[in-house]
Amino acid sequence: MTELHPEMHERRILGTELLWAFGVGVLVAATLSMIVFTALTMNINPPSNVERIDPKALHLSGEFAEHNLGTTVAADGSVTTRVVATQFMFVPRCIAVPQGRRVTLRFSTPDVIHGLLITGTNVNTMVVPGYVAQVHTEFTRSGDLLMPCHEYCGIGHSEMWATVQVLPEGEFKPDSEGKVSCAQR
Amino acid sequence: MRNVERLCLAHFWVAFGAFLAAAVLGTWQMWVRSPLGADVGTPGQYFMSVTAHGVAMGYVLTTFFIMGFGYFVAVTALARPLPGKAWAWFAFWMSIVGVIMTTVPIATGNASVLFTFYPPLTGSPWFYIGLVLVVVGSWIWCVLMIVAMAAWKRENAGRPVPLAMFATVANAIMWLWTTVGVAAELLFQVIPAALGLTQTIDVGLARTLFSWTLHAIVYFWLLPAYIAFYTMAPRAAGGRLYSDTMGRLTFILFLIYSLPVGMHHLLMDPEHGNGTKFIQVLLTAFVSAPTLLTIFTITASLEIAGRLRGGRGLFGWIAALPWDRPMVLAVGLSFVMLGFGGFGGLINMGYGMNAMIHNTSWVTAHFHLIFGGSVVIMYFAIAYEIWPRLTGRGYTSLAPLRAQLWLWFIGMMVMTLPWHWLGLQGQWRRVANFNYADPIIAGWGPWVIVSFVAGLVLLASALLFVRNLLVLHLSPQAAIARPLYALAVHPPQRVPAALNGFALWNVLVLIVMLLAYGYPIAQFAIAPSPSAIVHRIE
Repeated sequence: MTELHPEMHERRILGTELLWAFGVGVLVAATLSMIVFTALTMNINPPSNVERIDPKALHLSGEFAEHNLGTTVAADGSVTTRVVATQFMFVPRCIAVPQGRRVTLRFSTPDVIHGLLITGTNVNTMVVPGYVAQVHTEFTRSGDLLMPCHEYCGIGHSEMWATVQVLPEGEFKPDSEGKVSCAQR
Repeated sequence: MRNVERLCLAHFWVAFGAFLAAAVLGTWQMWVRSPLGADVGTPGQYFMSVTAHGVAMGYVLTTFFIMGFGYFVAVTALARPLPGKAWAWFAFWMSIVGVIMTTVPIATGNASVLFTFYPPLTGSPWFYIGLVLVVVGSWIWCVLMIVAMAAWKRENAGRPVPLAMFATVANAIMWLWTTVGVAAELLFQVIPAALGLTQTIDVGLARTLFSWTLHAIVYFWLLPAYIAFYTMAPRAAGGRLYSDTMGRLTFILFLIYSLPVGMHHLLMDPEHGNGTKFIQVLLTAFVSAPTLLTIFTITASLEIAGRLRGGRGLFGWIAALPWDRPMVLAVGLSFVMLGFGGFGGLINMGYGMNAMIHNTSWVTAHFHLIFGGSVVIMYFAIAYEIWPRLTGRGYTSLAPLRAQLWLWFIGMMVMTLPWHWLGLQGQWRRVANFNYADPIIAGWGPWVIVSFVAGLVLLASALLFVRNLLVLHLSPQAAIARPLYALAVHPPQRVPAALNGFALWNVLVLIVMLLAYGYPIAQFAIAPSPSAIVHRIE
């Protein structure tokens, strides 16, 4: 190091570091731009509706009372599925959803923290006591999917899952009250 | 000096003892959840084991290692006695008491809430109180690090604090900020609930407070690896540190950006809106900057070493590096794992993309690769580097050290690549057993077995690591020729006050934290959410 290589002069080192730092800045800016772009144009956002509900009473009345659970088609044709996540099961244990139509999934819990995903889809949310978790999605393929609880909720956590039946348009038939249940197979 | 060496060794042996136990448990867990272990263990035993594994790796290995390493750096880099040595021993024993208080309820199945707690589930109050004692012990360490640096600065007015100590104090200050979140959650919410003083808990608030700690704690674990990158690796390779200033800047950036990013762990949570989530995703993107700067500076430093050793051409210097030295080998392997893990991390922080992988094996793979891989392999390298200096003994052969590092690297890569793959297919986390009869799950079986075999490789590496250190204790006395800390190409004569202390940066951290966590925490007071009933598992 007695004879300093030209690359090793202090100003040269500073210049190189700053050039690299500029490159890092461009990389970070590009990544963030993509996130902003997809959020604004394709509505790719995390589930964040911040809707409060009392976990101690949600099963007694209102939308998470037993007779309102499962999939309902409203008069305007919109499809909503309501599920209660509780130690250690989903109620109902099987939900029927239409293929190729927008579905609103709404979850809540009377007890502890749960979470869920539906395999092979982008459905993924935490279910936190005190809140309604809401996800919008469209199931592109018909068939049975798994909906496991993916957050530790107690010793029985591993046994907690539900089935999602994605039904083709012809098989997705609401009854007189607009309810759709899983097909018996 | 003797007493400081005993202090360091005491911390390190507690850390690595916990590490070995946790490695055994981790391997057992992988057996249980693979098709091979379908009939092994109960869910109760499995979650007890997961809790113990997380506590031992995440809280005991890290905290004790970092404290021991800090004392070592304070004495060697500053070349002055450690102030408050009695306090250091007091903190050590208090932390030991804390570990015991935590371990007993875990081992009796009264604290199977995993190391991330999940209130309204609550375990035995002793579990949490023990952890608080460990944290308070680490706070004493933080104060001692700050005091040691201040004393040195008084004696050496105007001179730049040696980079190793500057970085250690950056980590200590970051840790003080980091622990505020979890301390508030435990002291005001979880421990009163566990003691039976309160019957309900605001879960959204608890998750938010924990997220304050949850990401920065990983940088607390990570910084010793970065200290070794900057201050030990260039010397071990036979070169110089490319830029001391970039080192200081990197550790300052870590102090600022590690903290206000924890909410990216809550991207899938319903208690926060998109605005606050997006702000923290923005800040999370910035935290990649210090790592990318480090990769460049350390690669440049290694290039200097390679060229000094006769390496030629664009890549010839890489082959010329002394890969037979454990520190150099570990840095190379660590960078490879950091590359894969960092790429995965971009998906995790990717706001919308996070929905593909949240709470799947992908996330487990990510933090095992980053922490268990690139960080822990540097813990090994640091231990190998400083153990001869603590014991005055020398290795008779470096071959078992290199073998151990390679085994760890291979084990980590082979374990985590299938986990990433299975995570993308929707394999979810934290399950004691899978129903391999299910057609969706059946195809995962072979990959779970592959990762279990890799777990056995990791266990072999962990055993070899402890064996290597034990053998050194029995080896003959040997003098150490090579100095430990690297010189910069241009060792700084004077540095601006902002690069020689943390007063300014603490103000900045406060401002950024108010921006990032002010409203998200205040909202629970402005519009209280309905609280949940406490579920005691005792």
